[in-house]
Amino acid sequence: MLAWTIYLSFAGALIEALLPKGKAALARWVALTVALGGLALAVQGFYTGMGLGRVTLVDAAWVPTMGIHYLLAADGISRVLVLLTGLAAVAGVLFSWNIELRTNEFFAFFLALIGGVYGVFLSFDLFLLFVFYEIAIVPKYFLIAIWGSTRREYAAMKLAIYSFVGSAMVLIGLLAAYAVSGSHSTGLVAVGASHFPVSFQMWVFPLVFVGFGILAGLWPFHTWAPTGHVAAPTAASMLLAGVVMKLGAYGCLRVAIGLFPHGLDPWGFSIIGVGSWRDVFAVLAVIGIVYGALVALAQSDFKFVIGYSSVSHMGFVLLGLVTLNQIGVTGAVLQMFSHGIIAGLLFAIVGRIVYERTHTRQLAELETMHLSKRMPFAAWAFVIAGMASMGLPGFSGFVAEFQVLVGAWMAKPWWTLAAGVGIVVGVAYTWRALQKAFFGDALPNAHGLEQEHAHPFAAITWPEATGTVMLAGVSLLVGLYPRILLDTIEPAVQALLAGGGR
Amino acid sequence: MNYADLFRVTLPETMLEIAALLVLVVDLGPLRKAALNVRLAAAVTLGACGCVAALMMVELEGVSWLPFGKTGDFELLGTGGFIGVAQAGILVLTALTLLLLFDSVFTKHVGEYVAVVLMAAAGGMLVAAAQDLLVIFIGLELLSLGLYILTAFAKSSGKSAEAAMKYYLFGGMSAAFLLFGFSYFYGLTGTTNIGLIQYRLTLTGPSPLFYVAWILVIAGLGFKIAVVPFHLWAPDTYEGAPAPAAAFIASVSKVASFALLVTLATTWWLRPGGNLATGSSTLEQLLRGYYQTWPQLAVVLLIASAASMVLGNLAALAQTSVRRLLAYSAIAHAGTMLLGLAAHRAFTGAGSAVDFNVASFFPQLRSMAAVIFYVLTYGLTTVGAFGVVAVVERATGSDRMDSFLGLHKRNPVLAGVLLVLFLSLAGIPPLAGFWAKFNLFAAVLGEHGGPVPFALVCLAVALSAVSLYYYLQVLKRAYVMPAPATEESQSRIRVHPVTMAALVAIAAAVVLLGCFPTVLGGWIEGF
Repeated sequence: MLAWTIYLSFAGALIEALLPKGKAALARWVALTVALGGLALAVQGFYTGMGLGRVTLVDAAWVPTMGIHYLLAADGISRVLVLLTGLAAVAGVLFSWNIELRTNEFFAFFLALIGGVYGVFLSFDLFLLFVFYEIAIVPKYFLIAIWGSTRREYAAMKLAIYSFVGSAMVLIGLLAAYAVSGSHSTGLVAVGASHFPVSFQMWVFPLVFVGFGILAGLWPFHTWAPTGHVAAPTAASMLLAGVVMKLGAYGCLRVAIGLFPHGLDPWGFSIIGVGSWRDVFAVLAVIGIVYGALVALAQSDFKFVIGYSSVSHMGFVLLGLVTLNQIGVTGAVLQMFSHGIIAGLLFAIVGRIVYERTHTRQLAELETMHLSKRMPFAAWAFVIAGMASMGLPGFSGFVAEFQVLVGAWMAKPWWTLAAGVGIVVGVAYTWRALQKAFFGDALPNAHGLEQEHAHPFAAITWPEATGTVMLAGVSLLVGLYPRILLDTIEPAVQALLAGGGR
Repeated sequence: MNYADLFRVTLPETMLEIAALLVLVVDLGPLRKAALNVRLAAAVTLGACGCVAALMMVELEGVSWLPFGKTGDFELLGTGGFIGVAQAGILVLTALTLLLLFDSVFTKHVGEYVAVVLMAAAGGMLVAAAQDLLVIFIGLELLSLGLYILTAFAKSSGKSAEAAMKYYLFGGMSAAFLLFGFSYFYGLTGTTNIGLIQYRLTLTGPSPLFYVAWILVIAGLGFKIAVVPFHLWAPDTYEGAPAPAAAFIASVSKVASFALLVTLATTWWLRPGGNLATGSSTLEQLLRGYYQTWPQLAVVLLIASAASMVLGNLAALAQTSVRRLLAYSAIAHAGTMLLGLAAHRAFTGAGSAVDFNVASFFPQLRSMAAVIFYVLTYGLTTVGAFGVVAVVERATGSDRMDSFLGLHKRNPVLAGVLLVLFLSLAGIPPLAGFWAKFNLFAAVLGEHGGPVPFALVCLAVALSAVSLYYYLQVLKRAYVMPAPATEESQSRIRVHPVTMAALVAIAAAVVLLGCFPTVLGGWIEGF
């Protein structure tokens, strides 16, 4: 049934595209129905898949001469990420309830993007995975370019080109792997079983890892992320940070590490302590964590704070992946889920709930608005989301980042020490944003005070409240009872690391 | 020679010529006084029927050759196999370009226009099938003369005349190069038959003069397919020619020329037996000669390929006219196709490891099949793209990028077609353009894993990332940027229903071929 998440989303996109213009309400309800349907399928797939290993969903010959199969399957990692996609889709629709401009087209692109994301997470054929991966590029461009804000055309084009360059690198790697493997199949399992020469893996691995890593916000190729997140409409930021960045991380794990594990072997020599691609990417991940956090600390635009925090949090994912041990990789997968939920929530509060009412994202201006009094719901939601983002115990971020740090310590202790700095700075920037935006006590001028009384903010609408409660609740649930996901993730990671998932 | 056989093999061409004459007779006879749209409908219908009739005559069975000469030991025309596929493609594309005519108002002489299109298509069919230097030349001239006329058909437009003049001068020069190269081939071997030329050259070993001749021939053909450095005519011609004519040049002429190039590249071993080689020792000698010679010949193709991909993609970035953009993108695509052609068995390393077993060769047609697939899908996409440009141009009076502003409001279906076609040209899955590229690259790498083809594939993939930028520039105007607030640029764009149907059918075909590439790909490889 999981495969129907893909078809349902694409069918929804098609229906939205054919809907008559000007029927915004209809378009919204159709989108919500489709997203809820996808979520229901994802939950059902997650629930029935508990305790199972990899399950093949569909396997049909697609291009027999090249051994390409339309092969959809799901293992623990896929199920968790599909669940995340379902949640992000529903939340995205809820927080796009106020889109009035070309509503049906917006949801058409939105659902097409969702369909592509579901497809990537469920593909177990290299070629198919790549196809879905690229399908996701185009809707992103239009979502940002048409419905975005700050420098939207620049940001959209930047994102599209970065994504396409990344996928070009991946494509070269895949073509080379296909040519070298000599296996007449592009299935992940078949290609993985073909034992590439180590020298080959040594150059293909970094190519593919960086190619996917671009979308995962790998420093220094992350620069699309802050501009893209800021320019995107709220729902698109939520999807970008929530699931699209996970596509990159998922590709790094499933394709780069899964197919070319020896690419992480030591080179046999070392330059200033860096002796393998593993070290290189760990260093880049740690730089991403610390750099993202430090830059977030210096932002004056509320949304940029969240944008850079995404870079920082995705650094944990990448760090977790290159630890190559059970706990680190499990932590990375959990962090993908956790960050998807938390970043979605943060963007929803900043981009939708606050911005829609104040029409500014400048911290200096928000400081004068007494938002904690005038918008208590948003303030409390941000306190919860901020705590989750900082990694306080009780929220999903804590479990995930803790596991990553433990895994990193087991690999190389100094990675953990350096990443720990990022956590401390993470507390600082979240605190700063929280304090400035909501609990600022600067006095507004007389005119501002007058305005405050004359124009109270619009009440929180039901889609906003529902979405916020849903995302915060999921983060809390996973934080309090992480086994609900870990039981599914751990066996899959174990199989992947042991080579069984290849 | 058996004239009945000749007649049977050239039946499709004959059908086209009959249709052309019929169109002329009907248009200048009974319909002489009729209204323009009646004449247009009649001419296009007749022309399309001619294409369909010819399509039914095209031989699609396995490859065979029409023997020629007193002893019947060399061939004039080939039928079936990839030749049949290319011919079928030419006919379909011709019919589609005719359907675009409904939305163009560049001439009153529709009968003549359709007749010239059909005759040029007949030339293209001959080129695709030719196995003899003279037939090649005659076919190319028939095709080219038609194209010159079509380019100049908008008599009231100065641009059209300029484009035709440029095209004609360049074309005449390239024909001279080609003939000069052919004359060397004849001088070296004493025959005009491709198979015999290659056979004799293999036995004697290529001389320096042979390479000179080859370069001259590639210069002549490089002009037809518009690869760097023989591309200079393309942007001007694409810009100045009437849109349906430009679509014809960009699609039909490309398909025919690439089919010819495939013939030149594969005759070496496609027919090593036949009347020529007897016994396996000769066969082995032939193949060995092929392995030793082809890599050196392919160098020219590889250089042209790399130069076209780089120049085409980079120059396209700077264009503001969508037609010129399509021209540079055509140059880039031609470079990619040339890569598939050149890398074909090119670097296997002097025929050492491969056992000279004919049976093991036939699967190696893959890169040729990939080239044919590529050129057919590219032709289809580009006909559609020119169709959209033609409609927009008629509505706004210009093919500048800015005339596409707000297209999604002015005609959502047209904008949707544009979206599909341009994304396909950029190589976004699941559209036909992606599959064509992927298939070609996989074939190039699969046939041979040497560093040079690999580097060129990397270059091609990297440049296709560049290409997304300029395709998105057009799509951005169609979907993202608002139209200026004047009444004129907000009004709905009307499209003739037949043209619209053709465009939607093309877009649907591009999607379907991308989702189910085996439909066409399997068919091509089946031959």
